[in-house]
Amino acid sequence: MNYRGAARKFLESSGISIGDIIKITTNDVFYEGMLLDRADSKEEKNLVLKLDSGYNIGVDITEATIELVGKGEKPKIELPPLEIKEEDEKPNVSILSTGGTVASIIDYKTGAVHPAFTAEDFLRATPELLDYAMIKGEAIFNILSENMKPEYWVKLARSIADEVNNGAYGVVVAHGTDTMHYTSAALSFMLDTPVPVVLTGAQRSSDRPSSDAFLNLMSSVAAAKSDIAEVVVCMHATENDSYSYIHRGTKVRKMHTSRRDTFRSINTAPIAKVKEGKIKVVDKNLEYKERRDGPIKLRDSIEPKVAFIKSYPGIFNESIDYYVDKGYKGIVIEGTGLGHCPEDVIPSLERAVDSKIPVVMTSQCIYGRINMNVYSTGRKLISAGVISGLDMLSETAYVKLIWTLGQTEDLGEVARIMHTNIAGEIEDTSSLQHFLI
Amino acid sequence: MFDYEKLGLKMGLEIHQQLDTNQKLFCGCSCNLEDKKPDFNILRNLRPTQSELGEIDRAAFEEARRKLKFIYEAYNHDTCLVEADEEPPNPLNLQALELSLVIASLLNMKVVDEFYTMRKQVIDGSNTGGFQRTGLVATDGHLDTDYGKVIIENLCLEEDAARRIGHKKGAIVFRLDRLGIPLVEITTSPSMKHPQQVKEVAYQIGQVLRSTKVKRGIGTIRQDLNISIKDGARVEVKGVQDLDLMPQMVENEVQRQVELLEIRDELQNRNATVENGLYDVGGIFKDTKSKIISKSESVLAIKLNGFSGLIGREIQPGRRFGTELAGYAKKMGVSGIFHSDELPAYGISEVEVAAVFDFVGASDEDAFVLVADREEKAQNALQEVQRRAKIAINEIPEETRKALPDGNTEYLRPLPTASRMYVETDIPTIKISKELLSEIKSNLPELPKDKKIRIMEEYDLSEDLASQLVRVDKASDFEELMKEITIDPTTVASTLAYTLKELKRDGHDIDKLNIVIIKNTFNLLQEGKISKEAVPKILIGICEEGHSPEEAARKYDLIMLSEKEIEKIIHEIVSSNKKMIEERGSGAMGPLMGMAMKKLKGKAEGKLVNKLLKEKLQNKL
Repeated sequence: MNYRGAARKFLESSGISIGDIIKITTNDVFYEGMLLDRADSKEEKNLVLKLDSGYNIGVDITEATIELVGKGEKPKIELPPLEIKEEDEKPNVSILSTGGTVASIIDYKTGAVHPAFTAEDFLRATPELLDYAMIKGEAIFNILSENMKPEYWVKLARSIADEVNNGAYGVVVAHGTDTMHYTSAALSFMLDTPVPVVLTGAQRSSDRPSSDAFLNLMSSVAAAKSDIAEVVVCMHATENDSYSYIHRGTKVRKMHTSRRDTFRSINTAPIAKVKEGKIKVVDKNLEYKERRDGPIKLRDSIEPKVAFIKSYPGIFNESIDYYVDKGYKGIVIEGTGLGHCPEDVIPSLERAVDSKIPVVMTSQCIYGRINMNVYSTGRKLISAGVISGLDMLSETAYVKLIWTLGQTEDLGEVARIMHTNIAGEIEDTSSLQHFLI
Repeated sequence: MFDYEKLGLKMGLEIHQQLDTNQKLFCGCSCNLEDKKPDFNILRNLRPTQSELGEIDRAAFEEARRKLKFIYEAYNHDTCLVEADEEPPNPLNLQALELSLVIASLLNMKVVDEFYTMRKQVIDGSNTGGFQRTGLVATDGHLDTDYGKVIIENLCLEEDAARRIGHKKGAIVFRLDRLGIPLVEITTSPSMKHPQQVKEVAYQIGQVLRSTKVKRGIGTIRQDLNISIKDGARVEVKGVQDLDLMPQMVENEVQRQVELLEIRDELQNRNATVENGLYDVGGIFKDTKSKIISKSESVLAIKLNGFSGLIGREIQPGRRFGTELAGYAKKMGVSGIFHSDELPAYGISEVEVAAVFDFVGASDEDAFVLVADREEKAQNALQEVQRRAKIAINEIPEETRKALPDGNTEYLRPLPTASRMYVETDIPTIKISKELLSEIKSNLPELPKDKKIRIMEEYDLSEDLASQLVRVDKASDFEELMKEITIDPTTVASTLAYTLKELKRDGHDIDKLNIVIIKNTFNLLQEGKISKEAVPKILIGICEEGHSPEEAARKYDLIMLSEKEIEKIIHEIVSSNKKMIEERGSGAMGPLMGMAMKKLKGKAEGKLVNKLLKEKLQNKL
């Protein structure tokens, strides 16, 4: 329990534990209810009670007496197991869960929203999914997406490969939204997939009736059954619960802290939209890899020791030198504008390249393409050996460098791979239409 | 009249009052309703979810079954992401919390030590999140009434729901302007035994609320009534607007329950049953003259064994048991039902009725119910009717019902169960310190009954006038006026307490009569430009024509005449009535005064006219 000090002593001396029904009497009033634990762990004075009316209140025990009314069972969030009938005609879709808002429930111990659902729980929450596919669920991780690590991307990629090789017609990955676009980029580079791999999540937690998880899951299962054999992100297209977009995994970014339509395709259009289970291509000129037979190819060697640094007015050389001295294997610098950083920093970048550490330049403008030929600073960066990130998203370039360094250590080869379109992360032309959509 | 004591009648009240705060409870938006056309619409669906106890709420589940979509009307500048459920809530509005503490203290309640914001699941679309945020502020207060002490059980601070605007293409339309306005919910214990007591308590709570910073006007206060009788069920009647209607509403609900209990007993006597099957009777109505049926895609029927004659039985003035069944069917989106007790009628012929009886295999003792609509809708509707009919054999269901203007009620939804509450994790809890509480308690506003006694003494008003001033909520206006004018308090008070009410009753738009206008009118009186009698007429002129007080006085010729002018008129009257004066002598005073006042009403003080006339008459005699 999270109670400390006097509150803890008070409870222990009365032989009372979380979940018990108790009666607390103070000077002029008494309350009867179930004792809950506190979300914060520093409280010494106030007990939390859940009253019969359903309301929680805090009660100061300083001048109170307590009485045990009944020993309670600690409420469990547990549901009977789900029976899924095998049906041949429906395609098999695997849902892998990693935690995050799309798969979260209120935790009784802390009172906070926590990732705790298993993939099966999606089906309890959204049984309609079974109308569209044979669903198989598995929980891979139970972590918030801010706690993701490159090593987890590898583990996830392997799990997906297993599902596909075991006959999954498509795979849905439930993922926290914060770093979903890092994972989608990583999976794009690691997997050469013959079937759709669809990442989805929720901006409003799935414990609430208005959660976007339901539409996102339904649309994602539809996307997993489509012929778009790529790693994609499928989320709300607008703030309405009406349709979703399928975004290419390397060209998508979380653009709003809280809105449902936070994910946007950057420097390109979404591949398709999903409305009521139907897929409609958004831009016919935008090509995608089509569903095919054959095994999934896994290229999962990585080098996670890559630094991701933002340039800003006043940045110190040490910010670069630190990583070089600490033995980092690569640096992505998110520069300003067309791909710049203060001239003072350039010697440190040059030193990195001289130490065989590739340095890749992206832009904090988010939209647009790197071009270091226009201004003298850019030209100095080129001659220092900095690799252009072209029109790649900074996050995608960071993930790609991790993946590339898993393939080769050779600087020239790294530059070549970084400039080769592996998974749709690089567009040859910059269309007029693809800004702020 | 029923013997309420014998029936074991118990009633409780739930009062919702909007607070008058600058911002909403969980965002910075202002608390004003919008009449402008909305700038954009948001389309949403809601679904029931597990509560922290792992159960899905009964009422929530039913709403979901209707598969309704919701359209939220929003504004570019007056709607924010919190209201659109696109951003977590801001911290709780502390101004609202403090106001709720004031109200709790006035109702002698015990305030909790720590305030928790909860999520109360409501998935009828009225909250974009699918839950209403609410928290318990205080418990265990009391009010004294002529019928005894009433316990005030709970006071909660919560956010108001979105405003229901209407229907559009299978979706319910709400406007987000009202969503999030802070309100207090005050619940009495369900221990009141007399309908008049309920009315009195509602009135007293209203008076307490009005002494604090709460919103005024239509829709800012809503009263719900809990009613139960011993063998019946607990029923919550939503939205009782008119306090005077409360006793009637109680009587009608008691009648409904008494009748339903008799129907239950009769059904049990007859061994009545409800079959689960649905019959497609479309074939029978191929050439029907019933417009509703001929327009419908599908006509389905159910059979109710042993229900004959009971469905048409009246259970409230003008409402039958069939109306109850229809209430359940309507929740599935159909416009109504037909039942065998009311047929043939509505274009359905005797032959068709007989054919349906035959088709479903019903005897004279049985009944059937028809629904004509799209097949899925008709199916859902009839399944609801079956469910309701089955309950009728055993008991009266616990329900939330809607108050109707005629004192009746209609089915809204099942009574929610307690499991619909779980903690709002996005809002930190708030400790309510003893210091804050004692500061609030030492600065409480004056209660109406105390105010009445004080103004009686301070301004030398009659008890009747003082209590009427307080009752119509004009005491503060009165005191404000008295600070600035020197007219006798009784005139000012009776204008505010009675004249305004009379003007309103006569259909005048008294909204224009703000305190400044009333003050300016009294200024004319103070300056001797108008008479006391002219005040109501001037006020009417302001209401009707939008004049200023002075313009109205001129327009209606109510400016006081000078003594000379009055003398002149009196002289004329006396001169033209010489004969009468000769005949009656001083007895002519009465009729002459009448004539003079008729001519001078509103333009001269009666006292003066009387004096001048008396002098004149004496001279003549």
